[in-house]
Amino acid sequence: MNIKKTALTKSIWVFHISAGSCNNCDIEILDCLTPRFDLERFGIQLIGSARHADALLITGAMNRKSVPRMKKVYEQVPKPCVVVAVGTCACSQHMFRDSYNMIGPLDEILPVDLYIPGCPPKPEAMISGIVKLVTKIRKSK
Amino acid sequence: MSHRVIVPIGPYHPLQEEPEFFQLYVEGEKVVDIDIIIGYNHRGIEKLAEGKHYDQVPFLVERICGICSSSHPYAYVLAVEDILGGEANVVPERALYIRTIVNELERIHSHLLWLGLAGHFIGYNTVWMWAWKYREPVLDMFEMITGNRNNYAMMKVGGVRRDIKEEDISIVKKMLDELVPAVDMFKGAVMDDPVIQARLKGVGILTKQQAIDWCVVGPTARASGLNIDVRRDDVYGVYDRLNWNVIIEKDGDIFAKTVVRILELYECVSIIRQCLDKMPKGEIDADVKDIPSGEGLGRVEAPRGECLHYVKSDGTNRPVRHKIRAPSFMNVASNKVACIGGTISDATITLAAVDPCYCCTERVAVMRKSDNEKVLNGWDLIKLSQEKTDKIKEGMLNARPQ
Repeated sequence: MNIKKTALTKSIWVFHISAGSCNNCDIEILDCLTPRFDLERFGIQLIGSARHADALLITGAMNRKSVPRMKKVYEQVPKPCVVVAVGTCACSQHMFRDSYNMIGPLDEILPVDLYIPGCPPKPEAMISGIVKLVTKIRKSK
Repeated sequence: MSHRVIVPIGPYHPLQEEPEFFQLYVEGEKVVDIDIIIGYNHRGIEKLAEGKHYDQVPFLVERICGICSSSHPYAYVLAVEDILGGEANVVPERALYIRTIVNELERIHSHLLWLGLAGHFIGYNTVWMWAWKYREPVLDMFEMITGNRNNYAMMKVGGVRRDIKEEDISIVKKMLDELVPAVDMFKGAVMDDPVIQARLKGVGILTKQQAIDWCVVGPTARASGLNIDVRRDDVYGVYDRLNWNVIIEKDGDIFAKTVVRILELYECVSIIRQCLDKMPKGEIDADVKDIPSGEGLGRVEAPRGECLHYVKSDGTNRPVRHKIRAPSFMNVASNKVACIGGTISDATITLAAVDPCYCCTERVAVMRKSDNEKVLNGWDLIKLSQEKTDKIKEGMLNARPQ
């Protein structure tokens, strides 16, 4: 395992982007950090600047106005980084697929590493998703 | 003469979960003006609602906002039932009680959520962790009653989708009993702490007159001394049969807003207890088949204030027009007076004090520019530069001796 992967999979710092979501996934992400689930004990921390992030958690149905800003934030993240689509909206645009203000699903805009479906996904689902991803990155050469 | 500086916040910033863009105009430490630019969450829900039939729309409107995901469907079904002849005439008794219980549980979880975030903004991370810890049992109650932690899918035209089981009632009562000491603790922690008082008292004041002028609603208005509450003024559910008080504070600062929300938690617990005791047995769904043509209006006191839905029907199975006005639409605008004059370090908590929900607010996004303001993009700048070169070229050509 090379040094980049070691750095990426140990104490993941996440940055959260909402691209036209309903707040639910965002709150469940915050919920993961609070006492019942407490992801900070594994070093997973929500941070204020994308320049320090290892992983991007993206929620929402890709709003026409927020997608260009989201791309800019993605460009600021040090690579290699992990992009996680949280919630059914980010995975497949959910019931907002036909709306006039939506561009397309997230994987047509950015390379997505992990999909966590659910409306909203339970904190347990998010934790399990992150664990699977970390295992997969560590096993890959 | 001080220098005016613009501090941009957003659209992606650690202050709030949703994307929104603030421009703070500051002179030194003092905020002199503020611009709020939104539109990062607009999903075209009103238009989508016109393409769905009456039973599908509640699933759509509860995804307007994750926190008010029972208030929006409730306001919508009230609007449709208004066409049918009023909620009280259409909906069975037991369903009215279940609706009230879900609506009040939502208020508890929303106020605890705000309390935690407010604590986080002023540097009391302990309050954040505590509030969210005690919020979890409320979500457990939701999971038990409705099957999901958020997005409850309980409201239906003519009733509710799920019944509350008899064996669940005692568990909910026990969980509420355990919640009250936690609220007592918050009350003590906020009201007796000299640091919180110094930080919140006299900050972000919205006077009674300003509250009237800016049409604020909900806890924001009640903290400024306005005696308004849709639950009492335009009765829906079973609020007229229960004993409860409207909490009003006079100061209009952030401390008053916090106190209103904490004291409302006690009222919510009391309302749910009374509902569980008085709830009759019986049907939960009136099985409404057809919606006649007409117009209906539904108003619900969401955790943030009055939430209004308007539905126009032409007798088919889809609404012709569905209009939504969410409480944050009025409350967010009041930041314009509450923020100005404060320091930049108080702007954070002042912007968050109205419990803004931008997902609710963004029904229509219209950008308006004043006449003397001009926005240039990259192409415009290149064009300007090329025009200047052309002008210089022309000037040189003309100056050249023939």
